[in-house]
Amino acid sequence: MSAKYPRAETSGLKKAQYLLGAKVAGGALLKLDRMKLARKLARPPKPGPFGPPLKSSAWLKELITGHYLKGRFASGARPVAWVTSGAPVEPLIALGFFPIYPENHGAVCGIRRSAEEICEEAESAGYSRDICSYARTDIGSMLSGKTPVGRLPPPDLLVCCTNICQTVLLWYRVLAQHFGCPLVNIDTPFLYGEAQEHQIAFVEKQLEELVRAAEEVSGNRLTEKKLHQVTRYSKQATELWAQIIQMGRHRPAPITAFDQFIHLAPIVEMRGEPFTVDYYGALLEELQERAAQGVGALKEEKIRLVWDNLPVWHKVRWLSEVLAESNATLVASTYTNAWGELTEFIDPENPMRSAALTYLHPILNRGTGHKLSLMKGMVESFEADGVILHSDRSCKPYSIGQVDQRERLTKEAGVPALLLEADHNDPRAFSEEQSRARVEAFLEVVEAKA
Amino acid sequence: MRQEIVGLGVDAGSTTTKLVGVDGRGERIFDRIEPTRPQLQLQVKGLLAVARASGAKEGTPVVATGYGRKLVEDADKRVTEITCHARGVFRSVHHGGTLIDIGGQDAKAIRFDDKGAVQDFAMNDKCAAGTGRFLEVVAGRLGHDLDEFAHLAANAGETTAISSTCTVFAESEIISLIAQGETIEAIARGLHTSLMGRIAALARSVTVTPPLLLSGGVARSPAAQRYLGEALGLPVEVPEGPQLMGAYGAALMALDIADGRG
Ligand code: SF4
Repeated sequence: MSAKYPRAETSGLKKAQYLLGAKVAGGALLKLDRMKLARKLARPPKPGPFGPPLKSSAWLKELITGHYLKGRFASGARPVAWVTSGAPVEPLIALGFFPIYPENHGAVCGIRRSAEEICEEAESAGYSRDICSYARTDIGSMLSGKTPVGRLPPPDLLVCCTNICQTVLLWYRVLAQHFGCPLVNIDTPFLYGEAQEHQIAFVEKQLEELVRAAEEVSGNRLTEKKLHQVTRYSKQATELWAQIIQMGRHRPAPITAFDQFIHLAPIVEMRGEPFTVDYYGALLEELQERAAQGVGALKEEKIRLVWDNLPVWHKVRWLSEVLAESNATLVASTYTNAWGELTEFIDPENPMRSAALTYLHPILNRGTGHKLSLMKGMVESFEADGVILHSDRSCKPYSIGQVDQRERLTKEAGVPALLLEADHNDPRAFSEEQSRARVEAFLEVVEAKA
Repeated sequence: MRQEIVGLGVDAGSTTTKLVGVDGRGERIFDRIEPTRPQLQLQVKGLLAVARASGAKEGTPVVATGYGRKLVEDADKRVTEITCHARGVFRSVHHGGTLIDIGGQDAKAIRFDDKGAVQDFAMNDKCAAGTGRFLEVVAGRLGHDLDEFAHLAANAGETTAISSTCTVFAESEIISLIAQGETIEAIARGLHTSLMGRIAALARSVTVTPPLLLSGGVARSPAAQRYLGEALGLPVEVPEGPQLMGAYGAALMALDIADGRG
């Protein structure tokens, strides 16, 4: 069979630069940085409502910075794939691809407060403000080269999976046109109930095409052994992540959903790697220690809340402080749970079929009823006093149904619930004073009920 | 003998600032309403001085609410308007229900039970379209104050439909409607029904449990009462001094502090 997908160009020089720059020199610098940060984190906690910070954060920083550092040197050294957050990435990792997750990069832009400026780049090129702010951040960054992480390597292959939304379909077409590289779409039929056999087969078939594309672009053959191994790492990491989330059930919670928003990065963009498994193992151990010693994320924890939808990246810190003023925090979230709840579907012995099953089941590819029962279950198992539903102007598939979900949570789970309007990445769709008024009023209602 | 003020509540709103003093039984015995001035801190200090001259002792607890509550330096406690309005209205009517409060910056729907405990609440989305400001801006544009405008609306025989819910766009829409020969009365009514339709939707989001209660500055308007009632198909009950409910609730909380309960 003749090749359908152009092979990524690599060179010995680029490979040597990657090894030297990202791994040897960069790796050593990052280790040094990590030690410095670890010393800082070990200092006695500051005055204020927050407990001691997580020590694992130093390692996390090394991982995230290391990822983007590798990205800077990846072009020409390794084949590069840009993928959606819910893309079946395991065959790509097994074939040696370096993955870039534009949504994660978007979140980094949001946290570092550069998303607005980058979105404007896309808007001035004609992209409407009604388009998801992740897409605008990515397209704006693609057009202008602006990014807080230095440089993103251009893709040799694009992989788009519609299990999160339909926006990605059009967004990745824009990327494909701009970069002139092949795009593989994985269409995952929406699940209204159980996944049907024909749906699983339909996705599996597309995965075969993905493997073919990835093999041709990388010039490597996918071995069963390697795919098993990568899938096993994915499973181990998601299992650990699911346990980490469950640690929020302790009183006081040793980890909050705010922490999870940040510690989520490896499970999304470093899935299938052994160091991700090691990292989450260490984080879990730290949390178990904290729980045993009664150390919480808040010094005094009174109000426990569940969060729905993406974080408001540009306001994560602000919100955690507003809540902490009332000794409140988020102990769980449907968003961070999304990467833990897929564990059961991953089967390393049967990697292709299980990938089809796994990637059919993200929360956004299932009905609104699933999310409602998930939230009700969380209220119960995390002993939550209320729920905040972030109505995300950008993310329509996540926000649809929230008006009814909110109402049913108050009636059926018996807890106050708040609909908070914002946007995960676009600060122009957020009003701090008005949000504060709503959150503070909500906390008073929760406190009066508790 | 002059009654003694034992609790003070300040409602520093975006349009008006209110002060209420209560006696030991929680009766409203003192109140002041002023347009909010840019120097809110000084303004509140001045109001508190007047309260002292009227019988509030030095050290009388003060609870602040409203958008400017963080700026009230003398406050012993700061509480949001949701809790304060519910408290003030409940104390005035002695039963539960669904309260609509239309303020200058926002509109709120608050459902509370027969013990006065807030069950659920919602606030308008982040724009002035569903607030008192909507009426104020348009009335001003047509050369009327809010009371006159409400009067025109309440007595209008016909309604001109206003399609813009955006305050700024409604303004220009109205200019062209007048040019087309629509009467101010019909336009005023159209604006009220449009606003109340939005507020009714807000109220439905918390599930309206009758009776329907109305507070805030706009509550005094017969047009607001009539068209909100029509929009929700329910009679509207307005407590005495609807504009003071937030400050009254705050003053009752100050009384809790005085009694050692707050
Ligand atoms: S619309 Fe939602 S799911 Fe789709 S890319 Fe944006 S944030 Fe992600």
